[in-house]
Amino acid sequence: MSGEEFVPLSLPPLLIGTFAAIACALPGNFLVLRRQALIGDAISHVVLPGIVVAFLLTGAVSTWPMMLGAMGAAVVAVVLIELIRRLGRIEPGAAMGVVFTAMFAGGVLLLEQSDTSSVHLDVQHALYGNLESLIWLDATGWGSLLDTDALRYLPPELPRMGFTLLGVAAFILLFWRPLKISTFDEGFARSVGIPTAALGLALVVVAAIAAVAAFDAVGSIIVIAMFICPPAAARMMTNRLEVQVGWSVVFAAVSAVLGYVLAGYGPLWLGADDAVSAAGMIATVSGVILVLAARFGPCRTRAGAPAEG
Amino acid sequence: MLELAAREGRATTDADLGKSPFAIRGLTVAYGEKPAVFSVDMTVPEGSMTAIIGPNGAGKSTMLKAALGILRPLSGQVTVFGRPLDEVRDQIAYVPQRASVDWDFPTRVIDVVLMGLYRELGLLGRVRMRHMARAMDCLRRVGMHEFAERQIGQLSGGQQQRVFLARALAEDAELYLLDEPFAGVDAATEKAIIAVLKDLKTAGRTVVAVHHDLSTVRDYFDHVFLLNVRKIAEGPVDEAFTPETLQAAYGGRLAISQHDLFSRNRS
Repeated sequence: MSGEEFVPLSLPPLLIGTFAAIACALPGNFLVLRRQALIGDAISHVVLPGIVVAFLLTGAVSTWPMMLGAMGAAVVAVVLIELIRRLGRIEPGAAMGVVFTAMFAGGVLLLEQSDTSSVHLDVQHALYGNLESLIWLDATGWGSLLDTDALRYLPPELPRMGFTLLGVAAFILLFWRPLKISTFDEGFARSVGIPTAALGLALVVVAAIAAVAAFDAVGSIIVIAMFICPPAAARMMTNRLEVQVGWSVVFAAVSAVLGYVLAGYGPLWLGADDAVSAAGMIATVSGVILVLAARFGPCRTRAGAPAEG
Repeated sequence: MLELAAREGRATTDADLGKSPFAIRGLTVAYGEKPAVFSVDMTVPEGSMTAIIGPNGAGKSTMLKAALGILRPLSGQVTVFGRPLDEVRDQIAYVPQRASVDWDFPTRVIDVVLMGLYRELGLLGRVRMRHMARAMDCLRRVGMHEFAERQIGQLSGGQQQRVFLARALAEDAELYLLDEPFAGVDAATEKAIIAVLKDLKTAGRTVVAVHHDLSTVRDYFDHVFLLNVRKIAEGPVDEAFTPETLQAAYGGRLAISQHDLFSRNRS
């Protein structure tokens, strides 16, 4: 493919998909190790009604109203979980399950009832995103990357996702040491004065920001897959956290690029004439990587299992 | 008996509160409605080796965690060398129960020991040669230096416990608080750990350990603290570790016969 075609049509969705995948995979490493992997799932369910309400109020799909809406929805979810737990006297897991699914369903209903025909916001979009439509029509080739006029018309999702990734990476780098210590041994972490509760909350907030930013561009399927699959596959490649995070970034990027290419060209190679959903294919590739790592990864056995005392 | 012991404990304490490396006043912790630790006072003498003993569910670990701020107590004050806990975290090293962490965590032995240097390294301080050398030295003291590069899940229970102790040694603290350091470890590890703890005592450090094995209390420790939700007794082993105090702490649940215990036979 020549630069004239590649830069406007394929480069932006490839970059956005890759940034989104890595931004979710980075905090995913810690969430998986903390046995909180489903938090990504929970976030992407809970924030949907918040994003829809923000859209209904402002009439536009833009970053800040969406983030505020998502945060509002998260707060509502926490209050609802607490209420149901106390009034219903049931265990927190059950209360969460009820709230997450109910809020997602409410978001879907809201979406269907509202007039979102003018923008890319509908139920399908919420699930699959609209990666293929994030094109950069003002680009004429590789030279456009240096052309300030053309750069102004980049799809806004690209810088948004880029800055989100930078922010997530900065958080992980800055707080690497306390995150690692408190994930491994919370009691010890507290004894050396690490504010473990605040740090745990910050990790979830960072994951939520990544999820909401990625959600708009690539949909909730990728978000859910990327929080879990690349870190889980990476865990089976190494016994060192530093290396694991490196692998998870590689796996996330490979999933995004390979998934995008396979979605666009795979069906053609097989003789069909339609492309398939890039988001769906990216999530599928990450799942295949996980299966391969689980089958062939060098550290796939539970290391502690055979130890005898 | 119980009230008498409690009153005795309280009467001796407040004068030397300021000097004690570890002093607890009126500590109460509850899970739900039921208190797990009720209004406990403790004064650890400097340079002592103190065993916290009591039956299962007596609140031993809970007391330690609450005193360190790992659990939130309902009430109570803790001072370390007379100062509030948060000012003197540098002087405390805590060894949690081995079973409290997931040993499948992707990290090596040496990395765990380096965690003990967190207060020194801070968020972004680089691990330099001298830090590595110190961590290796701590591993050597517990006989684990040959395992530095191993993933922690590949260790036996006793080896894991020694790595935890090495991490505490890396903190180079004045006060060592250990939660069941001998639980589920092999005899060689038990020997190695007690040797390290006795070295710490010789160097003037203070050691407090939650301990389960009543038969080794006299050999390992010079002070005891008997707990069963409330404080039962506290003091030098010869005074506080008696058939009467044990009866008060364990009641009918004392499985080991007292004859065995006081003639120093292992159970």
